[in-house]
Amino acid sequence: MNKKHLQRLDLIFKNEHDTEKILEKALARPDDDLINDLISSGLKGRGGAGFPTGLKWKLTSEVESDEKYVICNADEGEPGTFKDREILSSVPHKVLVGMAVCAKIIGSRKGYIYLRGEYKFLKPQLLKIIDDFHKLLDQLNLDFRVEIFMGSGAYICGEESALFESMEGKRGEPRNKPPFPTNSGYRGKPTVINNVETLAHTYSIFKYGPEKFRDLGVQDSRGSKVFSVSGDTPIPGIYELEFGMTLQKFVEDFGDGDAKAVQVGGASGFCVPRKKFDKTVIGYQGKLTGASLPTGGSMMIFNSSRSMYNVLHNYLDFFVEESCGQCTPCRVGTQQLLLGIQAVKKGEQPSSYLDKLMELAEAMRVTAKCGLGQSVANSFSSIVENFKEEMIY
Amino acid sequence: MSEVKQLVKDLAEEHGREMESLLPILQGIETREQHISQEAMVEVARELNISAAKVYGTATFYSFLHTKPLGKYVIRVCKTITCMMHGKNQIIKELENVLKVELGDTTHDGKFTLMETNCLGQCHKGPAMLINDTPYTELTPEKVRDIIMQYRNEEMHAN
Repeated sequence: MNKKHLQRLDLIFKNEHDTEKILEKALARPDDDLINDLISSGLKGRGGAGFPTGLKWKLTSEVESDEKYVICNADEGEPGTFKDREILSSVPHKVLVGMAVCAKIIGSRKGYIYLRGEYKFLKPQLLKIIDDFHKLLDQLNLDFRVEIFMGSGAYICGEESALFESMEGKRGEPRNKPPFPTNSGYRGKPTVINNVETLAHTYSIFKYGPEKFRDLGVQDSRGSKVFSVSGDTPIPGIYELEFGMTLQKFVEDFGDGDAKAVQVGGASGFCVPRKKFDKTVIGYQGKLTGASLPTGGSMMIFNSSRSMYNVLHNYLDFFVEESCGQCTPCRVGTQQLLLGIQAVKKGEQPSSYLDKLMELAEAMRVTAKCGLGQSVANSFSSIVENFKEEMIY
Repeated sequence: MSEVKQLVKDLAEEHGREMESLLPILQGIETREQHISQEAMVEVARELNISAAKVYGTATFYSFLHTKPLGKYVIRVCKTITCMMHGKNQIIKELENVLKVELGDTTHDGKFTLMETNCLGQCHKGPAMLINDTPYTELTPEKVRDIIMQYRNEEMHAN
C-alpha cells in the first residue's frame, strides 16, 4: 500500500490546555500587534467564504460604538460538513479564547455561540466549559460573557445576516449587503462573526505566533484546514490537512480506489469529475494555478456505482426545502431546476432542455439575494456539465 | 390561568420580553408541548407586545418548530446525500415497520413521530437520526429496533 501522500496535521485538535497562559499573554499585548499577527498569519474564514480574519477584526475595531458583539457561527449545516461539531466537542476552549481576544480588541462585552438545533446535545457540556471560562475572565479582569443561542433547524441561518435575523427573533431571511456585519450586524451593531474553526485557529496563532501557521499551505491559502470526509471512502472522518493539495492526491489517500467524482464544499460547492482530479487544487481562489476551489471543508467522494442524477436530485431537494423563500430567483429557481431534471429524466423534455436549466442556474447566480441561491449553480452546472449522460439516460 | 398561558409567562420571565427572546421562548414551548399551538402563539404575542402574525411568521420558518402536535419522541432521520448512500431508506422502512406508522405520522399512542430531516452533521457515521436531541449514528435495521425497544421499555416503566 503506497498511501498517505498528505501529511496529517495536528494543530486544532492538539490536546493543549494552556488557556490561562495564552489568554493572559494575549490580553497584555497591544491590539495592533494582535491584529498584525492575525493578518500576517494569512488566516481566512473557514466557513467557506474565506474573508481575511485579521481584517474583519480590524474593521470592526475601528467602528465607534458602545455596543459590539462577537459571534461564533456554529450553524454548521452544509451537507457533508461535521468538523465544527468535533471542534466544539473536543477543543471548545480554543474557540472561547479566540472569542475573548476578539472581544478585547474590538471592545465587546457580549458574545454568542449560535449553535444549530441539531447539535443541542452539545449544549450541557458547553455550558459547563463556558462557566469555567467566565471565572477565568473574571480573574483576568476581562468584562466579557458568552452565551449559547440555539438555532431551530434552518440551513440558511448559517448565512451571517440570516443568523442575526434569527437571533433577533425573526424569520431567518438574509439581509441586503452592504452594510456588512463589521458596521451593522446583530441588533444593528458592529459585529464580528466567525466560523468555529476560524476561532480555534486564532488560539494556535496567538500561542505559536503567525509564522507557524503561515508556513503551511500555498500562496493565498495559508495554514491548515479541517476536512470532513464522507461518502465512498473506507476512512470517513475529520482530518486536518495542509491547503494546496490536488484532488488526485486526496482521492488516492481517502478514496476507495473507484472514485468517479468528489463534491468539494458540500451541496453549494463544486463537483469535480475524475478527469480533473490532478488539475484541481484545494484552496481559496487567488493566484493558485489550475482550478482552485475554496471550501468549508466538506469532501464527499462518489464511486462509479453512484448515480450522479440521484446526487443532484438530493442536493436540489435540499435547496428547495432550505431556500428561505424571500427572493424569487432562489424560491422559484430551485423548484424549477428540480422539476426540470425530473422532466428530462422521464423523457418529457429533450436533453437540450438541460442547457436551458443551466441558463436558469446562472441567472440565479447573478440575481439571487444571498449565497444560498447564488451557489446552487455551482453544484448544478458542474454535475450537469460533467455527467450529462447520467442526467438523460 | 390556563396551562399554556402559565408556560408562556414563565418562559417570558426566564428569557425576557424582547424580540431577541422570541426564538428561545418558542423553543421552550416546543420542548414542553411538542408543538406551538395557536393559543400559545397569541399568548406569546401578548407577552412580548408584538403582533401574532410576527410570532406565526417565526414559528413557521424553522424546521424544528411545529404548529401541529407531534409525538413525545420526534425521530428525525437524515435524508441528505451520504446518509442516503449508506442506507437511509432501509432505516426508514424499518422504523415504519416497528412503529407501524408512515413517514410524517405519529403513532396512535402519541409517543413517536417519524420524519426526515436535512443534514444532521453526522455524515461520516451515516445513516444517522435524532430522537429529540439525542443523535444515533451508524444505524442498521437491528440497531434501530433495539433503540425503539429501549424507548418503549422506558415508557412502560415510567407509567
